[in-house]
Amino acid sequence: MKANFKYNLVWLIIMVAGFYLMNTLILVGVIDSFIENMLVTIGINIILATGLNLIIGFAGQFSLGHAGFMAIGAYATAIVTQTASTPGGFYASIFIGIVISIVAALIVGVPTLRLRGDYLAIATMGASEIIRILINNMKITGGAAGMFNIPQFADWPTVYIMVCVTTIIIVNFIHSRAGRAVKSVREDEIAAEAMGINVTKWKLAAFVLGASTAAVAGSLHASYLQTIAPNDFGIMESISILIIVVLGGVGSITGTFVAAVVLGVLDTVLQNFGALRMVIYAAALILIMIFKPSGLLGTWELSIKKIFSRSKRKERVES
Amino acid sequence: METFFQQIINGLSLGSIYALLALGYTMVYGIIKLINFAHGDIYMLGAFWGYYVINVWHFNFISALLSAMLVGAASGVIIEYFAYRPLRHSPRITALITAIGVSFLLENGMSYLFSSNTRDFPQIIKQVNYHIGGVLISNIQILILVTACVLMVLLQLIIKKTKMGRAMRAVSVDPDAAELVGININWTISFTFALGSALAGAAGVLIGLYYNSIDPLMGMTPGIKAFVAAVLGGIGSVPGASVGGFIIGILETFVQSIGLSAYKDAVVYFVLIVILLILPAGIFGKNTKEKV
Amino acid sequence: MSKLLQVENLVKNFGGLTAVSNVSMHLDNNELVALIGPNGAGKTTLFNLLTGVIPASSGSIVLSGENGTYPLNGKPAYKIADMGLSRTFQNIRLFKNLSVLDNVLIAMTSKFKEGFIPTIFRFPSYYKTEARLVAEAKKLLAIFELTDDVDVLAKNLPYGTQRRLEIVRALATKPQILFLDEPAAGMNPEETANLTQLILKVQHSFHITILLIEHDMSLVMNLAQRIYVLDHGSLLAQGTPDEIQANPAVIKAYLGEEA
Repeated sequence: MKANFKYNLVWLIIMVAGFYLMNTLILVGVIDSFIENMLVTIGINIILATGLNLIIGFAGQFSLGHAGFMAIGAYATAIVTQTASTPGGFYASIFIGIVISIVAALIVGVPTLRLRGDYLAIATMGASEIIRILINNMKITGGAAGMFNIPQFADWPTVYIMVCVTTIIIVNFIHSRAGRAVKSVREDEIAAEAMGINVTKWKLAAFVLGASTAAVAGSLHASYLQTIAPNDFGIMESISILIIVVLGGVGSITGTFVAAVVLGVLDTVLQNFGALRMVIYAAALILIMIFKPSGLLGTWELSIKKIFSRSKRKERVES
Repeated sequence: METFFQQIINGLSLGSIYALLALGYTMVYGIIKLINFAHGDIYMLGAFWGYYVINVWHFNFISALLSAMLVGAASGVIIEYFAYRPLRHSPRITALITAIGVSFLLENGMSYLFSSNTRDFPQIIKQVNYHIGGVLISNIQILILVTACVLMVLLQLIIKKTKMGRAMRAVSVDPDAAELVGININWTISFTFALGSALAGAAGVLIGLYYNSIDPLMGMTPGIKAFVAAVLGGIGSVPGASVGGFIIGILETFVQSIGLSAYKDAVVYFVLIVILLILPAGIFGKNTKEKV
Repeated sequence: MSKLLQVENLVKNFGGLTAVSNVSMHLDNNELVALIGPNGAGKTTLFNLLTGVIPASSGSIVLSGENGTYPLNGKPAYKIADMGLSRTFQNIRLFKNLSVLDNVLIAMTSKFKEGFIPTIFRFPSYYKTEARLVAEAKKLLAIFELTDDVDVLAKNLPYGTQRRLEIVRALATKPQILFLDEPAAGMNPEETANLTQLILKVQHSFHITILLIEHDMSLVMNLAQRIYVLDHGSLLAQGTPDEIQANPAVIKAYLGEEA
């Protein structure tokens, strides 16, 4: 019990220190608005990709429809904050986005999660496209043109805190009775079922949790960028979230963080290359995959607990 | 009734292009279980090749089509050799991301080298419209349908009647066992890519003729639609890919004709999901149960 | 007194093929019963029917509990596992990429509930439940001499140990009835002898009923109190080991017509 408190405290200190580091760097001007923009984008991508990693890497369900749930959050925030333009309205809109995306995830997940592998991927991709096309044809969402002048309530501290909160939720979910159940489904559905695991329920739990964090990311995206359009949430967005997950290592949350940062920085640096940017990006992606097929970190996780017990073991050996 | 037949004709023309593309997806998937995301871009390469040889070298339709098939086949083989072969024993999702990377590379490479402008495809065949019982059908539509059907029959013959076709079927069932009985796996996979990509190259020239405009990103949407068609038909199944292609082509034109063109893709995906829920492995797919 | 598990006229058809036809059998409390038969007789299919992995075509399976009887047919496998029927698999199905401890903890999932909010925000109650869970799992692993392997990934264990872990995992669900599908397959005589001791120990210290499929006759004859013989999907004979060994129909099924 005491040890657990210690690990949690270390993580808390890391998070607070990170916050103050950023704050200071912004104050002294090392981080200008350009870099801040990049960091916020990275943060939003981290929220999206950790949720997708939960679904793909831990529950073993190949979903290609993450952008659809992100769209739900984004539009919930855009629509609500245009009438209720207060911070309270903004947080209410996040909540509304989560609720709608949970409902959507249940509607999509209950029938399709019976499908396997690539069939599931295509079905979820289709479902996400249906969401996008509906948004594209509705009046309240501004149709294909999208929505402009969304009031900005999400600044970098909001995004930072949300990254921390969603990551804590997902990591704690993974390292618990629920997470073990979800992983057993990935390993062997028949054996899991025979050990009393309700496979459908746990698949759905991971899918719904991933979808609701995607909605949070969508809300932040809409409020920070202040402009959204249905085409921001197409198949290519789902794919770029998938790329972060696979590049970092399927089944490694630490890897997802690393990959989101690497890709975010790469994207920013490549902006100087103009038209060559996407060519280099594509070539880099192919090369990384060929030389690091299991992603940058594989399934490795950063764990304070492991670091502590390792240093303890060392002390014991030395003494 | 006349509009009904009109939509069938339009749907079949569009569907035959999807079917040609879907065949490539299904063959590659059947043999190495990879969603070859770059397949739609080979179709784009075929269209650009056709554009180039017709404009610069003044090829006629047949030689443009055949040379585009050769170019498609060659690029398919090269892509497999450099990008997919090193990953044959890696997780499947890694190969998928590599395929996405190849797709980005082709799209953006072409945009970079030849600009991303839309071009008019040279109309080497003058369009003639025939009225048959109130239904309008153009010679280009007939040409597309006939070419697509001839290619599909040829493909079926190659797979069913030749030694290479038998090797392809063997590798898709069990690569290790196929290797044990002396089948050269690398050769067979290259051949599969060549065959599938040749069909994509042909589809590129045909779509150029049909829609009269091409651009470096033209492969993206039809590529995804064709993959949906392959899944609908039961991925890995050759007749399934053809049927899936035609179903999607006809479905799209019908939805458009009743004034719901904004929901065209949504209907396609909805039908896909419904069919998968009834037949989890597509129309012609074999639903393999796991043995306990 | 009603039987712990009563199976009546159980049938399973796969298309035109009848894999299990009209099987009736029962299991009593704290009994060790063997199910034998030639390859392809339908033994594993019968296990799959009893544990709900595949649904039966017809017939009934009824479990008697303290508060009455519960029909099991048509119930999903996880509910049947919850009601106290657990199993191992012929071709080991451990959670290969998870640790030995996790394999056992997963089997306890439905026995220890903890809410979503306390889990996500790590309430003290979460740590308490988790500590109890881990303690119980480790206790169980200790009985089977797996304490040193708790952090090893299941796929890295030697074959015999994997079979042992499968038994531990099945026991972690707190079963009333344990189904063992060829536990001695691929083991040498020494390992089989150890396994025999182990199975006896399990039956005595956990007070459970065991139904076991096995080809190793020495193991079956040593352990089983009763034996069911399955051939071509139907019951050929039942009785004590001595009766079965003397049964001409059984000898014929095993050795062929000439014998």
